[in-house]
Amino acid sequence: MTSAQLEIQLVAVVVAVACALPGVFLVLRRLALVSDAISHAVLLGIVLAFFAVGDLSSPLLLVGAAATGLLTVFLIELLQRTRLVREDAAIGLVFPALFSVGVILIARFADTVHLDTDVVLLGELAFAPFERFVLFGWDWGPEALVEMGFVLALNVLVIALLYKELKLATFDPGLALALGFSPALLHYGLMALVSITAVGAFDAVGSILVVALMVGPPAAAYLLTDRLPVMLGLAALGGAASAVGGFWLAHALDASIAGSIAAVVGIEFGAAVLFAPKRGVVALARRHARQRVEFAEAMLAIHLLQHEGTPEALAESRVDHLDEHLRWERSFARRVVRRAERRGYVVTTDGRLLLTDRGRALARTALAV
Amino acid sequence: MIEELFSDYTLRTVALGAALLGVVSGSLGTYAVLRRQALLGDAISHAALPGIALAFLLTASKAPVVLTLGAALAGWAGTLLVMAVVRTTRVKSDSALAIVLSVFFGVGLVLLTHLQRSADASQAGLDRYLFGQAAALLERDLVTIGLFGGVALGVALACWKEFKLLSFDPDFAATIGLRVRAYDVLLTGLLVLAVVVGLQTVGVVLMSAMVVAPAAAARQWTDRLGVMMALAALFGVVAGVGGAVVSSSAERMPTGPTIVLWLTGLVVVSLLAAPRRGLVWRFAADRRRAGRLRLGAALADLDALAVRHGSLEHGHSVSVLELTAGRGVGRSLAALEERGWAQRTAEDEWAITEAGRDEARRRRGG
Repeated sequence: MTSAQLEIQLVAVVVAVACALPGVFLVLRRLALVSDAISHAVLLGIVLAFFAVGDLSSPLLLVGAAATGLLTVFLIELLQRTRLVREDAAIGLVFPALFSVGVILIARFADTVHLDTDVVLLGELAFAPFERFVLFGWDWGPEALVEMGFVLALNVLVIALLYKELKLATFDPGLALALGFSPALLHYGLMALVSITAVGAFDAVGSILVVALMVGPPAAAYLLTDRLPVMLGLAALGGAASAVGGFWLAHALDASIAGSIAAVVGIEFGAAVLFAPKRGVVALARRHARQRVEFAEAMLAIHLLQHEGTPEALAESRVDHLDEHLRWERSFARRVVRRAERRGYVVTTDGRLLLTDRGRALARTALAV
Repeated sequence: MIEELFSDYTLRTVALGAALLGVVSGSLGTYAVLRRQALLGDAISHAALPGIALAFLLTASKAPVVLTLGAALAGWAGTLLVMAVVRTTRVKSDSALAIVLSVFFGVGLVLLTHLQRSADASQAGLDRYLFGQAAALLERDLVTIGLFGGVALGVALACWKEFKLLSFDPDFAATIGLRVRAYDVLLTGLLVLAVVVGLQTVGVVLMSAMVVAPAAAARQWTDRLGVMMALAALFGVVAGVGGAVVSSSAERMPTGPTIVLWLTGLVVVSLLAAPRRGLVWRFAADRRRAGRLRLGAALADLDALAVRHGSLEHGHSVSVLELTAGRGVGRSLAALEERGWAQRTAEDEWAITEAGRDEARRRRGG
């Protein structure tokens, strides 16, 4: 592994973690698509700030772009508040408009702006090691790494300081307001973080990957836990893992790193959907199957109890007639009987089922008598 | 400029393509906006990318029909995934949309870059799906747009009643035995078609505006589905042709973004000026209502003062009335005088009339 490869992975991991942290709150507040809107709209901010400053590496670009992010959020809310369009439509109206203005500005002043819409959308991590951050004659590492390191530190700091407030405002905005916190202020604070992160990340990884990293790992973590701190940790971990995994996938396929990372994010999320311990599709299916057999077991015990000591008990308790009496598939009936035997609810003698004491207890509990 | 629209071959092709696109995405976008799925278009357009790359990879053809078909299949798979995730897990639709959008796009990017670096065939023509190149529209592209768009519109019209029911009252639709899930999948499939035919004209990012904006603008003018759809199609055409004309007459004006700005303009005008719903209309209505309320209050005040003084002729100075009715009472008094419910007894002094007292009593419900 060359030092360039190591640096690219480092940048990717830092970007991933920086995106995942505010992303957790976006997912919980159902604002995931705002990340999409912001990450596109910042293009306009970058262009405008460039016109003002004339320097693509100026930190003022970050400020300008972050301001555009906030403007996007503000415009979306303004539209929504007219009650003439709903939230989804408001998002879909605002960011293409801002993005279009950005694209037109770039196209018209292409000679002066060394900005490419491709780069904003797609990003190119492979170039990250070439731009060095040099200060006091010392090479501090890739510029993207230093920049995103700052963004990550900022995100960690803000979330740590406002953890309690963010948590409250996320899960119970009404209570937060009643207690004197300002949900609106927190909302815009969070959106400022998202904007700054999106801007910092865009030239390293592109706006689409920003969306993948902000929403994918937190949504996967959301399926794995019910606790906010665990979700933050899992999201950061998942983001970092997809960054490293994506890098090597890209290496193997000789393809875009940003795209590969997004693909790995998708794999992670898919795995969480399928295999999450309690909420995964597989776990749900197994639970349903188990509940079905357990219910059938109780039905069997009740059936036997009802006919115990009656004249027709002999006929009703024959194993090979169960499918008639309980209207079960033959194979299902056999499965239920085997399981009930194993658990000591029934015993079989001469092809007849007899309830044990445990079986009687099960039937009575099920009937609640 | 209008003459050029008919004489200039390129401009005519572009304008016609954009107009066709406007009709298709405008009318099908109507359902998306009504069903709160406005951002589905955004997800579909991003999700289509791997389909385009795969279609090229498998067929080695760059025929628009083949690529569009690939895009449609991938876009449709993406939307079905979104629906499945929302139905089976607790992940909400916004997150599901964002994930499908970005992951599919990422996979498409992987395929495209892999193609570009490994194959020696030129991939020019694939890139244009990212940002759209309306200026490069050819006649065969028009045929593709017309074909796919025509099919989508035809099916939408054939299932008019079902889709209408599905959009406005899905629960009722289910109760009367409509196969809601199947129609949902079908309608989404039509939206997919509408989106993918637009990709090479306006590109991935701006396609969502083509779906949302015409319908959002049309919604302001009417409460009827048919009218809304026709208006959305009309707005789509206006923006498409307008964008094509402007971008051809000015240098370095990319067509896609220009169309989107036209659409944005239409939306803003609709939000402001539409009768009844529009902001200007609402502002004026609020003003009128406030004026009526103030008028009633001033009448009640005059009436109460007359009762207390036991005389109709006794005038009351404006400054007294201002104490309860506020500074703007002069306008209310003038309006009362116009209706014959109040009269001026002296400079700055007013009294209620006989008719005014009857009116005040009527308003009290006495």
